[in-house]
Amino acid sequence: MSNLQDYNSRLGDPASKRFETFSYLPQMNTDEIRKQVQYIVDRGWNPAVEHCEPENAMHCYWYMWKLPMFGETDVDRILAECEACHKANPKHLVKLIGYDNARQTQGTAMLLFRPGA
Amino acid sequence: MAKTYQAGVKEYRETYWEPTYTPKESDVLAVFKIVPQAGVPREEAAAAVAAESSTATWTTVWTDLLTDMYYYKGRAYAIEDVPGDDEAFYAFIAYPMGLFEEGSIVNVFTSLVGNVFGFKAVRSLRLEDVRFPLWFVVTNPGPPHGLYVERDKLNKYGRPLLGCTIKPKLGLSAKNYGRAVYECLRGGLDFTKDDENVNSQPFMRWRDRFAFCQEAIDKAEAETGEYKGHYLNVTAPTVEDMFERAEYAKEIGSKIIMSDFITLGWAAHTSLSKWCRKNGMLLHVHRAMHAVIDRNPKHGINFRVLTKMLRLMGGDHLHSGTVVGKLEGDREATLGWIGMMRDRYTKEDRAKGIFFDQDWGQMPGLFPVASGGIHVWHMPALVSIFGDDSVLQFGGGTIGHPWGNAAGAAANRVALEACVQARNEGRHLEKEGKDILTRAAQHSPELKIAMETWKEIKFEFDTVDKLDVGHR
Repeated sequence: MSNLQDYNSRLGDPASKRFETFSYLPQMNTDEIRKQVQYIVDRGWNPAVEHCEPENAMHCYWYMWKLPMFGETDVDRILAECEACHKANPKHLVKLIGYDNARQTQGTAMLLFRPGA
Repeated sequence: MAKTYQAGVKEYRETYWEPTYTPKESDVLAVFKIVPQAGVPREEAAAAVAAESSTATWTTVWTDLLTDMYYYKGRAYAIEDVPGDDEAFYAFIAYPMGLFEEGSIVNVFTSLVGNVFGFKAVRSLRLEDVRFPLWFVVTNPGPPHGLYVERDKLNKYGRPLLGCTIKPKLGLSAKNYGRAVYECLRGGLDFTKDDENVNSQPFMRWRDRFAFCQEAIDKAEAETGEYKGHYLNVTAPTVEDMFERAEYAKEIGSKIIMSDFITLGWAAHTSLSKWCRKNGMLLHVHRAMHAVIDRNPKHGINFRVLTKMLRLMGGDHLHSGTVVGKLEGDREATLGWIGMMRDRYTKEDRAKGIFFDQDWGQMPGLFPVASGGIHVWHMPALVSIFGDDSVLQFGGGTIGHPWGNAAGAAANRVALEACVQARNEGRHLEKEGKDILTRAAQHSPELKIAMETWKEIKFEFDTVDKLDVGHR
């Protein structure tokens, strides 16, 4: 049994919380994040930033940061809005969404800022 | 001018072979692969199939003259060679709309694959594809929710969903079964699944299973902060039992239930599908018995027809085959029917075995489910073949992990996300899969062990039901 590893996830432990796509991978570096933002742009999706208190993360509706950036294709400007949202709400979770209006859904969503992480 | 009645047997082609006919938008179109009996000409065999699947019986009857046969008859309107096959041919048949009850898959297929399949003039017969006219599409319920509503209900975007069928298939107690569910879900899966033959046996009655599974889901959600589900199989011996189980699943807060649409019967399944829309319940659909019907390349019904049928009757998930796992599945053919599950409009594409354009009339699509004998090494190919709008299910590939289900689930989730990340970066998953997984395993001991465990397992048997192509 000594070579078996325990799966360390606990009720009430913030570190056990996950946030959907990419939350089982290590935190991406800046270059990796840029590539994912570029993917959203390349698919023709509309970027949008949302944020939320960690304790309310399972709510459907997070706070919308301004409006979705319709037609925005500049990766730097998109990342600047994510950063601005984080600065204004340093204790909040911040995620970037790519709205796919053709399928009436979010093409993707990924958490970019996690307080204490 | 009125006709006179002459008793006796006529050649079918006099009435039912009409090569100059142009199909109407409102016709139901079907293409059959026919192997006629020796000495029966193609036109006669095609006409016989058109006749027997529509208005005719084996002999002329006087009551034929009380109706307008021209208005109601099915017509064989084209014949084509089957590439690479000298004995079989394709027959295209058009059926006028009035032959079928609105919204009744049961009625359409009682005609199309009814008595005609035992008909002596043909040695074997296979229904390869059906074009449903728009009027028929919109008189069917369709998926209770469809795949984008499901994404919204579960908050899952930008990746395929991950599932696992609980094993062993049979024999676990309800509490031990719920344990296996809990471990899978806390490790990072979105779904677990009842096996198709788990209904309500003496070792585990359905109510106990439902209750323990729901506690497992609730705890895993609270622990991980992600929404989870277990496909509670409500397939039952009677329709009353089926609805009793579905109602209880709803009462305890389950998000998704499951049925087996062939063994349950199409009428029962369609009722369940309507119940699911009415009650906000997602519906996972298994396909036990399909291979009895669809595997023989010369006789039966191609799975693409069963797929179309299910999208019309309604389901939010349908098993599609994996292409790469332990179960049968030709790649191009599978791509053909997963498109039929998801797309707004299906274009004729013979390279994928699709014979007709199919307008889905804004009916939502559903998730194809890849399940059966797959493990982490298959992940790059699965993400590449199926794309985001799919459910990938690893049964043995989760529970068989040396450290248990939670570790197995985490290994699959890490592998999945690493593949999605790499794909989004523009990397070629099927060529670079090994490198992508190996790098991801550097941060995940669970994935590393999984990769070592299943390194040598492959399933490289040839497919029996291949697409018809020349020069085999």
